[in-house]
Amino acid sequence: MASIEMRNIVKQYGDGYPAVNDVSLDIADGEFMILVGPSGCGKSTLLRMIVGLEDITSGDMLIGGKRVNDLAPRDRNLSMVFQNYALYPHMTVYENIAFPLRLAKVSDDEVRRRVTEASDVLELKDHLERKPANLSGGQRQRVAMGRAIVRQAEAFLFDEPLSNLDAKLRGQMRTEISRLQRRLGITTVYVTHDQTEAMTLGDRVCVLRKGKIQQVASPRELYEQPVNLFVAGFIGSPPMNFLPASLDGDRLQTPFGPITLDERRAAAVRGRDLLLVGIRPEYFEDASLVDEAKRPLGSLFRARVDVTEWLGDSQYAYIPYEAPDTIRDQLRELSRELDAEELRTQAIVSIDATSRIREGREAEFWLDARKVHVFDPQTGDNLTRDAEAGARLTQMATEDRVEQVQEAQAQGTTVGGGASRAGAA
Amino acid sequence: MRYLFRPPATDGAGLLSLPFHLPLEEWDPELLLEVPQRGISRHVVRFTAQGGHVYALKEIPERLARHEYALLGQFEEEGLPSVSVLGICVDRPDDQDAVLVTRYLEYSMSYRYLFSRPHGEHSEEQLLDTMVVLLVRLHLAGVFWGDCSLSNTLFRLDAGAFTAHLVDAETSERHPQLSPGQRRYDVDLARERVGAELLDLQAGGLLPSHVDPIEVADSLPVRYEALWEEVNREEVFALAEQRQRVAERLQRLNDLGFDVGEIELVTDPEGGARLRVETRVSEPGQNRRELFRLTGLEVQERQARRLLNDLRAYRATLEQKTGAPVPETVAGYRWLAESYQPVVEAIPPDLAGRLAPAEVFHEILEHRWFLSEKAGHDVGTTKAARSYFATVLPRTPKELTTPSAIVGSRD
Repeated sequence: MASIEMRNIVKQYGDGYPAVNDVSLDIADGEFMILVGPSGCGKSTLLRMIVGLEDITSGDMLIGGKRVNDLAPRDRNLSMVFQNYALYPHMTVYENIAFPLRLAKVSDDEVRRRVTEASDVLELKDHLERKPANLSGGQRQRVAMGRAIVRQAEAFLFDEPLSNLDAKLRGQMRTEISRLQRRLGITTVYVTHDQTEAMTLGDRVCVLRKGKIQQVASPRELYEQPVNLFVAGFIGSPPMNFLPASLDGDRLQTPFGPITLDERRAAAVRGRDLLLVGIRPEYFEDASLVDEAKRPLGSLFRARVDVTEWLGDSQYAYIPYEAPDTIRDQLRELSRELDAEELRTQAIVSIDATSRIREGREAEFWLDARKVHVFDPQTGDNLTRDAEAGARLTQMATEDRVEQVQEAQAQGTTVGGGASRAGAA
Repeated sequence: MRYLFRPPATDGAGLLSLPFHLPLEEWDPELLLEVPQRGISRHVVRFTAQGGHVYALKEIPERLARHEYALLGQFEEEGLPSVSVLGICVDRPDDQDAVLVTRYLEYSMSYRYLFSRPHGEHSEEQLLDTMVVLLVRLHLAGVFWGDCSLSNTLFRLDAGAFTAHLVDAETSERHPQLSPGQRRYDVDLARERVGAELLDLQAGGLLPSHVDPIEVADSLPVRYEALWEEVNREEVFALAEQRQRVAERLQRLNDLGFDVGEIELVTDPEGGARLRVETRVSEPGQNRRELFRLTGLEVQERQARRLLNDLRAYRATLEQKTGAPVPETVAGYRWLAESYQPVVEAIPPDLAGRLAPAEVFHEILEHRWFLSEKAGHDVGTTKAARSYFATVLPRTPKELTTPSAIVGSRD
């Protein structure tokens, strides 16, 4: 296992377009790092540079402290998981996991040790002598993971591994990958365009846009303290609502009525004519269901509901609003960049599943003003971001990870490293 | 549902009436064709026959289907050896995956067949070399295969030698040019997959005992590097040798099955020269085109060379008999009607479809040479054919019979 460090990495193609533009990123030993962003953001190119599939135009790539820019892929000793998930029908599950070692002429004893270890972690122990034909979908995927484990690679790399699975298997595999990574404590880089995958899997998430890093932080920091409009819009589902606003004293005037800002935030946004206020769907509620104690912490407004969506455990209401043309264009551009559906100026608000608010009628809503962020529409910067609060959230995630890795090591479930390494296939 | 079919697809029009709304696994067996298992597939694959042609149907996610459809179309246009794609069916009900339709590669053989039986002249080295030629050709064209394996390769006989065809382009990527890392990685993957596939045959008791899967797999990168070097190396020589060296190099590349696009010769004041050859990926098709022009026959390159030689000999005989020059088009027509077709039509029905007609003709020419040597005089094609049908062709296993021939004999 090893750390992966990137120093000012640039990838420029023949036409001069920088697919990756001055990326510096440190991935700690044992960390689960997600590279996420819409198509064309450079996430796959970055992964390919780690693997050695793309030449690095400039900058340094270090694995375990060693510069690997000029090393061939196989000499980097990394494992692209799911690269080969063909199952061979005549071979037992044991041999289906072991063959990379056979090809590397690893001794039988060592093969047995590593396959046993991997199959313990993957809970495939009872299936080792069977032929793969009768394995379930999830078990098949675990065999593929077993192949990656026995190689004792420095790191696992995943390139959108779940994008071709059906929804059920995708959910299952997400859990498997997460559990496995925790148990093995192996450095992992995972590329996805799916923000749900990013949020549920990673210790830290690196959000990329047009070849540049926007923010590297724990999922919670990204969600609660996004650095700009792009990150705020990308992370979260349903997405954050952006409303036009102007400042009047310490109050934001918005299509959903005035929102009072605390002194810190009011000071941060002062001096601009037009602002964008970002409100997550869950900061709203059906006013009739908010208890008296909470009420004064937010503001009330009335609006006509266009559509409601009742999902059993939750409910969403869609509320159209007016926005000036400049803001409209800005938001359209953003949604295009985020590969989102055609933007409509309507807010998606989460209301309690028991709410009786019905579509086509006017209703009263409550809005929690404490957590809203205010963005500069020109630069996209989050003017009200609390960097310290964000750093605390990421620090907490780091502590959790270190603790889990130590636990795994104490239980002896980590594989690889040390004197037993015999080279990877 | 939506069907996207690539022209000319009139031959596949009958496919539209198939029950694409159902999962392939639920199709009426009456509509399908049993084709001996062709390697390992992650997806559901079925075969069907329409109007005498056989098609492979593969269920895969729409994104991959569209990707593969586009790539296979490009490959075909550029003459890269791959299966030919017909179309895709998307927007199937109940969120089902898309179906990719390809034309079945007639007279092709799978590695399972080729490796799992003793085969005198078809050594595993020969198969591996054929596969490496395919990989180098793809790499020259900027194609990263991503899944080069024996399962994803089909082999075809071409006048006694093999040609390899790419079957699965699901994981392939097209780049303007491959980086060394991409090539090496592709070769590493190929080595691992070939090794695993042979280990699998061994585990199933299907591999001859003299074949060592690890040794064979390990030889793949070596063979690849040697061929890549041969095709791409820059040569330095004295200017005086120029003519001969250039000719040798071009001949060598042609023999390896490559075409040369451009040669660049840079001389230096000391009388030396540096030769750089831009190797093209398309198959050398000169003989194929020539045979097609003269006879309308579509065969593979080496077969075409063989048939053309026979055609030329036939023309010379005609000229000798008539004492007057015979135009080549007339010779082509007469050779087809009087020599080639009678032989092909004489293939006994129970042996039809085991080898491509042009391959049968090639083997008969070989057999004729063999018989003539023994007899001390030319025995003629008709007699050679009769002997060949009686003694040689029956030794080609029945399981090799190409699916369209099976379909044809049913009608």
